[in-house]
Amino acid sequence: MKKTLKLAALALALTLPFAASAHKAWLQPSQTVLAGNNPWVTVDAAVSNDLFYFNHVPLKTDNLAITAPDGSNVAAQNTATGKYRTVFDVELKQAGTYRIGVVNNYVTGSWEENGQNKRWRGTEATFATEVPKNAKNLQVGQSVSRVETFVTNGSPNETALKPAGVGLELVPVTHPNDLFAGEEAKFRFQIDGKPAANLDVEIVRGGTRYRNAQDELKVKTNAQGEFVVTWPEAGMYWIEANSQDDKTTVKQAKQRRLGYVATLEVLPQ
Amino acid sequence: MRVQLTIALSGLLALPAYSAEIQVNVQIPQLNVAEYHRPYVAIWVEGADQKALANLAVWYQQKSTSEGHGTKWLPDLRQWWRRSGRTLKVPVDGVTGPTRPVGTHALTFGNQHPELGKLPPGDYTLVVEAAREVGGRELLKVPFKWGGAGSGKAQGTSELGLVTVASKP
Repeated sequence: MKKTLKLAALALALTLPFAASAHKAWLQPSQTVLAGNNPWVTVDAAVSNDLFYFNHVPLKTDNLAITAPDGSNVAAQNTATGKYRTVFDVELKQAGTYRIGVVNNYVTGSWEENGQNKRWRGTEATFATEVPKNAKNLQVGQSVSRVETFVTNGSPNETALKPAGVGLELVPVTHPNDLFAGEEAKFRFQIDGKPAANLDVEIVRGGTRYRNAQDELKVKTNAQGEFVVTWPEAGMYWIEANSQDDKTTVKQAKQRRLGYVATLEVLPQ
Repeated sequence: MRVQLTIALSGLLALPAYSAEIQVNVQIPQLNVAEYHRPYVAIWVEGADQKALANLAVWYQQKSTSEGHGTKWLPDLRQWWRRSGRTLKVPVDGVTGPTRPVGTHALTFGNQHPELGKLPPGDYTLVVEAAREVGGRELLKVPFKWGGAGSGKAQGTSELGLVTVASKP
């Protein structure tokens, strides 16, 4: 019995780094609406159960991409990773809206080797070289996930909001830095550029430590992939949606998992 | 002579066909707090759809700092920032100015005002928003008739005192 439990725990521990849905991943900017000469934002990146508290593991930001208002890429500065969070700064030299996101595109594999289970994660390129061709009971999967947030210096613009057309993406209809309590906001989800209909979307306001329930809002996208939400109150909100399909680019992979998370700030009236 | 007369006449014709004026009083209350900073204040006119139609006054810190001429904190005037501020290039002559002390500030705007003067006569709302460093924020609205006679007021409870608008044709 004890051994079974131990094994179960081990199995769970092994699964965790691969299971995006086990904990909540998020980016939290210090503020989302800024002005002045060359303002800066500092962003916390973490994975945790509670929003937005760092108490589990830092979010890996190797694949961090920051898109400036003119569509160019800018680099994060002063990046540091601690026990519970990664933190980095972004200098907002341009006026307009920045998209700050971690976009992961992984290939995962598991197989048996000398009676042991092997787990592997890499990219499409490393899959060919690192996974043995004759691996026994090889299971391959792909996962495309986005964790992002938006900040605006001065007047908002749309250039950085343009979707890449790969994986699960949120296309704002209401500008993500123009959200106010009591008002309705509209967004569209798409998968590879096409509307993601009937998608379950979970919306949770931060500050979960100071209340007894998650108070999550659950909405579904319509045939056009759109959903609306009326923000019940001001705060930092976490929005998540997941999906899966078989549109893999690695031929051994049968399933592709898609994940999306955004942190959006809703201001009081 | 004749040419000059024509020019003079056309100049007259270019003026609005009506006269209008509003007298606005905005009270900044005395607050019993340990650390006091004068509030940032924005005063503007909105239409029925909350669209900002005319900026009347924006008071903020003018002193130059490395973070910008006090403009870093303009988004704290949340509604004004959203409705107008974020697309406005400050400073604006006759609109932006330094923060003001405690007391009642009397302001008069006539139809020679560059934005207000272009509005057709009708019903509008005057909006006054105040935000104070290490303090609070308050927003008051007073409906008024532009190009008509009337008066309205709103009483603030925290960052603003009495706001009155008297309009006359």
